[in-house]
Amino acid sequence: MPKLDLVEAINLALTQEMERDERVIVLGEDVGLNGGVFRVTAGLYKRFGDDRCIDTPLSEQGIAGVSVGLAMGGMRPVAEIQFDGFLGPAYDQLTNQAARCRSRTRGSLSCPMTVRVPVGGGIHAPELHSTSPEAHYVHTPGLKVVMPSRPYDAKGLLISAIRDPDPVIFFEPKRVYRSFKEEVPEEEYTIPFGKANVLAEGTDITVITFGASVFQCLEAIDLLPESMSVELIDLRSLSPLDEQTITESVRKTGRAVVVHEAPKLAGLASEISSIIQENCFLYLQAPVQRVTAYDVVMPYYKLELEYLPNAERISAAIRDCLAY
Amino acid sequence: MPKRVIYQASIEYLQILDEEGNLDVPLAEGTLSDDQVRHLYQQMVIYRHFDDTAFKLQRSGRMGTFPQNKGQEAVAVASAAALTRGVDYVVPFYRDNAMLFEMGLPMHQVLLHWMGDERGNEVPKNLSLSMSNLMIGAQVLHGPGIAWAFKLRKEPRVVLTTFGDGATSEGDFHAGMNFAAVFKVPCVFTCYNNQYAISVPRSRQTASETFAQKALAYGIPTIQVDGNDIFAVYKSHKDAVERARGGGGPSFIEAVTYRLTDHTTADDARRYRPEGELEEALKREPLVRTRKYLEKKKLWDAPQQAALEERAKKLIREVVDTAINIETPQTSDLFDYVYQSLPPHLRVQRETLRTDSIGQNPSQIGLQVPKEPDGAELGRERLAHS
Repeated sequence: MPKLDLVEAINLALTQEMERDERVIVLGEDVGLNGGVFRVTAGLYKRFGDDRCIDTPLSEQGIAGVSVGLAMGGMRPVAEIQFDGFLGPAYDQLTNQAARCRSRTRGSLSCPMTVRVPVGGGIHAPELHSTSPEAHYVHTPGLKVVMPSRPYDAKGLLISAIRDPDPVIFFEPKRVYRSFKEEVPEEEYTIPFGKANVLAEGTDITVITFGASVFQCLEAIDLLPESMSVELIDLRSLSPLDEQTITESVRKTGRAVVVHEAPKLAGLASEISSIIQENCFLYLQAPVQRVTAYDVVMPYYKLELEYLPNAERISAAIRDCLAY
Repeated sequence: MPKRVIYQASIEYLQILDEEGNLDVPLAEGTLSDDQVRHLYQQMVIYRHFDDTAFKLQRSGRMGTFPQNKGQEAVAVASAAALTRGVDYVVPFYRDNAMLFEMGLPMHQVLLHWMGDERGNEVPKNLSLSMSNLMIGAQVLHGPGIAWAFKLRKEPRVVLTTFGDGATSEGDFHAGMNFAAVFKVPCVFTCYNNQYAISVPRSRQTASETFAQKALAYGIPTIQVDGNDIFAVYKSHKDAVERARGGGGPSFIEAVTYRLTDHTTADDARRYRPEGELEEALKREPLVRTRKYLEKKKLWDAPQQAALEERAKKLIREVVDTAINIETPQTSDLFDYVYQSLPPHLRVQRETLRTDSIGQNPSQIGLQVPKEPDGAELGRERLAHS
């Protein structure tokens, strides 16, 4: 089985889906001849031609809005928005148009499109190239939102996204793009949405996270004494959320820490904390803890590692929660 | 080195039928037959009747806010006449009722839409249209996208996208025109220049002499036409549709018309419309001049008019009855169309009709998810394009 990094795994999924279904086309800024600024679409232009791997004008609202039309017209567009911060101009087309299409027409029209977005900080990128806007889209009924943390999941989730009959925002943690390789099967496979991955089983406390924060959590666990038994959940899918896995785990451990790169206020961790207190109230031994970015603007990169949750902050939260 | 002129352009204006019903016969050649003119006139009268009735429904409390289309009917019926039914696709803006009707949408659905009922937006099977968009300009991107899908699949189909003068100020307009031109997609853009976006006059949307000239900047063939003249609207659209079908890419048509009503039933144009403007516009409106033309040509007379009005009245009465007598939507409808299949949290909300949790079984909350309702329960058998 070949070992692939996140970029290569996503590229493989795109290649295979484009081979399998000629309705699948890739469009975005610099995705063609250049293969994307992170090289995620490398080779697709050469293999499938300019009609199916398309460099567009520099307009995120255009890419999103034309993709809505392409999807309504029977294609399966996979749009790339080059960086998380550039989602802003596409927001209206994604939330007011793509998300509402099926509902407002009682299912007579639909919008099967995938929007791929590199997300999050940690790579010393310029302003607006490192944000974590996932909560905006999770809060929008009609959209599905996923964020894989590893190559194997990325391939399976992207194939699911492309085949999904509804619009999917597919966030790719750019900090993980080239950080490691793992075995990824050649053959096609799908990973269903709404299924979290229990990365480590444990009995004392549950750590719930997604995206690049998975690796800060793993580092944090390494800082703890062996006697502390931590269950680590990688959500993978943010909408729908795997409420069942979260609930089962916290009923078992009685304690939970939720970690993400986005700010704390009204972030995903708030929703997950609410789910836990609703579903596990009598099982809880400690208040649910959130370890997130601060509620400030994502800084320029000299301070980004201070802004993002790191292993020290996460391990401190786990210790405090266990000691409560 | 002397400066050189590297680009020059001009904008053509087309009028074939004037305000008095006089036809420019050479220009009209090869456009609309007598039968077609008579047909389009009757359609306009019926839609005008629909419009007046919808206004009364709102005023009598039987319908919510409604945007009247009065005065703009010629653009819709004559541009639709240039399309091939069942082949070409229309992506309309929210005021374009007459266009939806011309493309085959049952008229009661537009009433349902404005009665706050999404069933009005359900596109019947075999109709090629998207439902009117209330986000100004958003559909100016969908049209090129749909047209691009046709082009990629090598289907000889054309998309007509409509919008008002206000939409040309939106970013989506710019992006839509730009994408359409760059990828040379078979899309016709029709701008209903009705002089107002709610209260804001055309002079506050643009400092350009015309909206038509905006298309030049994108490399799109463009024309300004008298939007109250069915011959000019038809001819410009026929040319544009042929160009698109032949692989020539998009076209832009500015149809100059006038909104003879308030913006919607929630508006009062007397606050901002200069005195005398409406009276002037009434002299140019499309129904009167088309009738004058037909009568001059002895293609229409008073008894025919009386019979048409009787027919329109009866038809619209039936349309209103259908809309008013529809059964109330079910609460479960709230959930059933958000996604193709219901995710677990929506299954719980659909079954309990609660978002709080204490009433739920404490040992099972979050662990047991109701089974997904089957297609029949979701009303999926009613779906047109599932």
